[in-house]
Amino acid sequence: MSADDGAEAANERTERNVKRFLFVNRKAPYGTIYALEALEVVLISAAFDQDVTLVFLDDGVCQLKKGQQTKETGMKNFSPTYRALEGYDIEKLYVEKESLEHRGLTADDLLVPVKVLTTEEIGALMDQQDIVISF
Amino acid sequence: MKFGILINEGPYQHQASDSAYQFAKAALAKGHQIYRVFFYHDGVNNANRLTEPPQDDRNVTQQWSQLAAEHGIDLVVCVAAALRRGIKDEILAPRFRISGLGQLVETGIQADRLVVFGD
Repeated sequence: MSADDGAEAANERTERNVKRFLFVNRKAPYGTIYALEALEVVLISAAFDQDVTLVFLDDGVCQLKKGQQTKETGMKNFSPTYRALEGYDIEKLYVEKESLEHRGLTADDLLVPVKVLTTEEIGALMDQQDIVISF
Repeated sequence: MKFGILINEGPYQHQASDSAYQFAKAALAKGHQIYRVFFYHDGVNNANRLTEPPQDDRNVTQQWSQLAAEHGIDLVVCVAAALRRGIKDEILAPRFRISGLGQLVETGIQADRLVVFGD
């Protein structure tokens, strides 16, 4: 699914007051609150019927790791929420290939279906957005 | 141009709020508009009127209040992030208001550019 969908689609977005929001998730799921609060913004943006895309890179790829267990640390395990995104029509999830590889992960280790892109491809994806918010 | 600003870090610990303030002042001086400043994550702490830095240091919270008064800027603090951190109406500095995350998304929609200051 490419965000570069031509002039006609761009005009339609302008008429409907829809912008392309890209949320860049770069931090580990626990240790700081960025990932959890980023997810709250993502859910609100869906309520505003915006064109929402998520990218996970650096330690952010760990947010999607299967089998998170937080009980012993007293932190809330919010990872099931990523699986609920589909229900909010948020289906464009991209993960950076290099970030996965550096951490010994593959797409099979993740709890939702994603598209794996190279750093360069993610750069091109960012170019196509109206709003880029990095957490 | 109409700018929206998002601040994701608290005062003093981090320079994000200072940089955003300098950016806002420079943009206004060039004749641009600031549609809204939205405070999220620890950024909500910028709204705490109980903040009292040493005399020889800048007062980050007061700077925002003054700039907002001079230029009619909307300073919005995220309610969920604020409540988590004990930021409530009774300790809000002048010109700040508490509202929902929807105000951030709306800023993205209405402004020509959304500029993010954070880690």
